[in-house]
Amino acid sequence: MAPKAYEAGVKDYAKTYWVPDYVPLDTDILALFKVVPQPGVPREEAAAAVCAESSTGTWTTVWTDLLTDLDYYKGRAYRIEPVPNDPNAFYAYVAYPIDLFEEGSVVNVLTSLAGNVFGFKAVRSLRLEDLRFPLAYVKTCGGPPNGIQVERDRLNKYGRPLLGCTIKPKLGLSAKNYGRAVYEALRGGLDFTKDDENVNSQPFMRWQHRFEFVMEAVRKAEEETGEKKGHYLNVTAPTPEEMYKRAEFAKQLGSRIIMHDYLTAGFTANTGLANWCRENGMLLHIHRAMHAVIDRNPNHGIHFRVLAKCLRLSGGDHLHSGTVVGKLEGDREATLGWIDLMREPYVPENRARGIFFEQDWGSMPGMFPVASGGIHVWHVPALVTIFGDDSILQFGGGTLGHPWGNAAGAHANRVALEACIEARNQGRQVEREGRDILMEAAKHSPELAIALETWKEVKFEFETVDKLDVQRA
Amino acid sequence: MPEMQAYGASKPRFETFSYLPPMTPERIAKQVAYLINQGWTPAIEHCEPERAQSTYWYMWKLPMFGVYSVEKVLAEVEACHRANPGHLVRLVGYDNFSQSQGTSFVVYRGGR
Repeated sequence: MAPKAYEAGVKDYAKTYWVPDYVPLDTDILALFKVVPQPGVPREEAAAAVCAESSTGTWTTVWTDLLTDLDYYKGRAYRIEPVPNDPNAFYAYVAYPIDLFEEGSVVNVLTSLAGNVFGFKAVRSLRLEDLRFPLAYVKTCGGPPNGIQVERDRLNKYGRPLLGCTIKPKLGLSAKNYGRAVYEALRGGLDFTKDDENVNSQPFMRWQHRFEFVMEAVRKAEEETGEKKGHYLNVTAPTPEEMYKRAEFAKQLGSRIIMHDYLTAGFTANTGLANWCRENGMLLHIHRAMHAVIDRNPNHGIHFRVLAKCLRLSGGDHLHSGTVVGKLEGDREATLGWIDLMREPYVPENRARGIFFEQDWGSMPGMFPVASGGIHVWHVPALVTIFGDDSILQFGGGTLGHPWGNAAGAHANRVALEACIEARNQGRQVEREGRDILMEAAKHSPELAIALETWKEVKFEFETVDKLDVQRA
Repeated sequence: MPEMQAYGASKPRFETFSYLPPMTPERIAKQVAYLINQGWTPAIEHCEPERAQSTYWYMWKLPMFGVYSVEKVLAEVEACHRANPGHLVRLVGYDNFSQSQGTSFVVYRGGR
């Protein structure tokens, strides 16, 4: 069909981009935005504006629009809904044709959907709440380099969550002293120890020195216990070239796992590193530093479930998910929602958990959610109940802060975990009977008894800032 | 607060449940019941202690496909132990959906 005549000027976005009768295609990328429009802007117009600015539109008509088939390429705002408990905000559903995006590039998807549109004057605030990636797009992404099943098989660890510990103080230790802390925690019973997210290659501990001492510690703990262990060597670096150099050295030293800060380093670096890990048989632990800057404000930014989905596509074997019970923010139902998105092959729509779209991951492997931050032995019953087996529980202060040292702290955590898993398998209500289960286990473990005594008073009871927008009775 | 204790020499460990006291028949039975209830297939493997670090241990017969009796599984565990005294014996739950193992734990820790 020949294009219609060209008319210069500004026209309402809604005329082109508000398509309420549109039925999304199976191949469309679907987005849900929470929009707070400027006063006086109708909802349909605001939704259409968000859609236009995140797809093919600009503020005025241009003659080159008529050189292409915009009806094929344009995004479509196809539904709006009120946000429970917030009269100023509404939800806008937008469908984007798959050909708007480069294959295998969450970078490209986010640059469109979370790009200029977030500074757009017609909206006061904007939040990308959820994304549905069509299976056709999922299949173009590499995904986790190994996945939960392969990691379990490699490490020979089944039927329980894995245990980790972040080495503290997070900054300032020398490489040799740092390796000591690793060795003690691993020989005491942990599966993993971890570099903190901001441990890169500072003057007090250059990365080569850390890698060498840490790997000696890992090897010795493995020889003594006969269990497979690892330390997440953080290869996050100022440049991709430097990052790959560190990854290669970790491999040369025989490390099973490396780690990356995917948000501060960026998705391009992360996707490249995930590909490297896949080709080199390396597990990849992902830290989410900077996420709260992006995801904590309920009205503006990107929800963590979107950041988690993007990481699963970009590639990572572990991803920090929040603990629900520790020192860091995280609503229980919302957390259950995004840990499903990390692990499951298919996730149905579930508003009660903040999941607005079904998501089919096809055969893409799942990632271990990592619960880390202010947790200790008393939290184990709740953590086992919330996270189940396919998770990594990381006790930093909860290992290193044990009065008898790291090895005893690690031992206490391992005993607490195994006791809760055994009790769960026996059909006991672990969360409710947690106290009894831990006290019984402590009869056989003085390490656990002291840990229970040390942390009996510690609680983190603050209200969650970013609550789910659900209708409350 | 009791006095500080030294953490002694590291001991060989065998992954899941190896930081708890050795399994008793009653405790093993409950874990077998759990494994069967999960829809997993019980299997028994054994190994000389000095070779325990390898991925593959000897299979004790084939995995028990279609066996839902806790007693039968326990009887095979005992038979494996009697035939291989001094070996480590582990119980595995094969999960054909994940193509992995739902659980795996050592029930005899080796030595006479």
